[in-house]
Amino acid sequence: MSTSPAIEATGLVKHFGDTKAVDGVDLTIARGGVYGVLGPNGAGKTTAIRMLATLLRPDGGQARVLGHDVITEAAAVREKIALTGQFASLDEDLTGLENLVLLGKLQGYSFATARRRGAELLEAFGLADATNRQVKKYSGGMRRRLDIAGSLLTTPELIFLDEPTTGIDPRSRNQVWDIIRTLVAAGTTVLLTTQYLEEADQLANRLAVIDHGKVIAEGTPGQLKAQVGSGTVQARVSDPERRDEAAEILARVLGADVDAAADPAAIHARIDSHAHAAAALSALEEAEIAVETFALGQPSLDEVFLALTGRPAETDDRTDDSAAGAEDAATEEKASTR
Amino acid sequence: MSETSTRTRRPAGADVVTEAERIRNVLVDPGDRPTRAGAVSASLTYGWRALLKIKHVPEQLFDVTVFPIMMTVMFTYIFGGALAGSVGDYVQFLIPGIFAQTLIMVTMYTGLTLNRDVSKGIFDRFRSLPTWRPAQLVGALLGDQVRYILAGIIILAVGFIMGFRPDGGISGVLAAFVMLLVFAFSLSWVWTLVSLAVRTEQAAMGVSMFILMPLTFASNIFVRPETMPSWLERAVEVNPVSVVVSTIRELMAGTFDAGSVGVVLVYCAVLVAVFGPLSMMLYNRKS
Repeated sequence: MSTSPAIEATGLVKHFGDTKAVDGVDLTIARGGVYGVLGPNGAGKTTAIRMLATLLRPDGGQARVLGHDVITEAAAVREKIALTGQFASLDEDLTGLENLVLLGKLQGYSFATARRRGAELLEAFGLADATNRQVKKYSGGMRRRLDIAGSLLTTPELIFLDEPTTGIDPRSRNQVWDIIRTLVAAGTTVLLTTQYLEEADQLANRLAVIDHGKVIAEGTPGQLKAQVGSGTVQARVSDPERRDEAAEILARVLGADVDAAADPAAIHARIDSHAHAAAALSALEEAEIAVETFALGQPSLDEVFLALTGRPAETDDRTDDSAAGAEDAATEEKASTR
Repeated sequence: MSETSTRTRRPAGADVVTEAERIRNVLVDPGDRPTRAGAVSASLTYGWRALLKIKHVPEQLFDVTVFPIMMTVMFTYIFGGALAGSVGDYVQFLIPGIFAQTLIMVTMYTGLTLNRDVSKGIFDRFRSLPTWRPAQLVGALLGDQVRYILAGIIILAVGFIMGFRPDGGISGVLAAFVMLLVFAFSLSWVWTLVSLAVRTEQAAMGVSMFILMPLTFASNIFVRPETMPSWLERAVEVNPVSVVVSTIRELMAGTFDAGSVGVVLVYCAVLVAVFGPLSMMLYNRKS
């Protein structure tokens, strides 16, 4: 196997009309492990992935995937990659097995081998019961698993997972994470896009943060956190009268700025490391301040963006009425599915 | 997650296999991949997908079953008496024409289906596979041959019931059928191009009808062109649909003319040679 990086992109550009969806992206991704591309909706993540997966021709710049140029050697790239799109890349009318047989045949397997591989994968992904069920009757989590299984009839050297856990329940999300870790352990390189900082932190060895079609930060999750601060402490005391006293103790032990929240018993602190959190809790105990909750939180994507760009993450940079309306609708939809 | 897998595995006793292990066990070595599927094999696989879709969504056959019956019965009884003196005489003239017209109309649905299909996630995956790219379109068109065959059989059966008795017998009808299927396949590339060029299904329908109406009505399907003004007569004579219909009439009447079959095949070749590559160009650029 050659030692070229999994991905080398320089100055990738893609316009859609006046919108610069991707505006000069440089990325070098080594083989092995998970590389996370983090960004809000409309940041250009999907467009960048589609160019790297040879689905979309860049308007400018160059990209080599596993040593092959995405434009001039597209066929060679396609032989080594697999793509799981943001919207299930499956045929809804067909059954789970039929989908896998179809993809297996297209990879060059005989019908019998494709069928055997399909059955094996359904079994391993816990979908054996749904073998002969139409995909339109699958739940969101099942679809996502089948979608990933569809990329594994042969083992790709590089797999693109575009927001693999957006819109699925926490249990299915954990299953998808386990699958991704398994793939990495088997030697596949994973390029993952996500809107969730926690997901990137759980899985990725390195991260790029994309906003407005540009990479605004790159590094290991640890490096990014050092830029952002590693998170928050949220505490709630039993007796609101002793909140100020507790806040002083936390400020001293954590060495951080402490805010009093709107809730008269709650305290927030932004911290750079979780190192002193245990000491802070002990200090409260020594002072005999009863604590109801004491939680360590990750910084949210909003906080990352605030720290990196000085403004909160926007879901869409086209701030016209229709975009704002769509945003509201999306939020409502999320709320109603809970 | 490990909770569930342990729970379901425990009754089996000895070997507790985690999901991660099960998945790792079914992964093949990255170097171990089959030789790339050939153009024919890939096209047939996409054709198989089209057949599976017919199996799972049989409602989509409505247009190739009810529509042909309606066309055949309606046109024969409405125009028959007026145009040829009697329904019986008109049936002999009209059935080969209506056979061609209905199949040509039905080809339009190929484009409409493709317009809907291409915008779905599965086409992204197809396009990321190392197969011969036109296979994705060729396969869809091959699958549609089943729809055309079904429509054709229904028209001929209805025609037979209404008194159509071709002199060419079964072999003549079969020859005409095969030739029409080749023409339908070639013509489908026009709708493929239309469906990839426009954004919505409605727009594809509009553009297709705009092309289809003059193509089928300014032809020799319903009436003999001799009754038309001379400028129109000339236009009708070069209309590919007229050429196809004349050849079908000849074949069904039992006369085989290599010349007219050859002209039809030239038209087919031109349609594929022009609209095939144009369709592929749009398909490759589709985002």
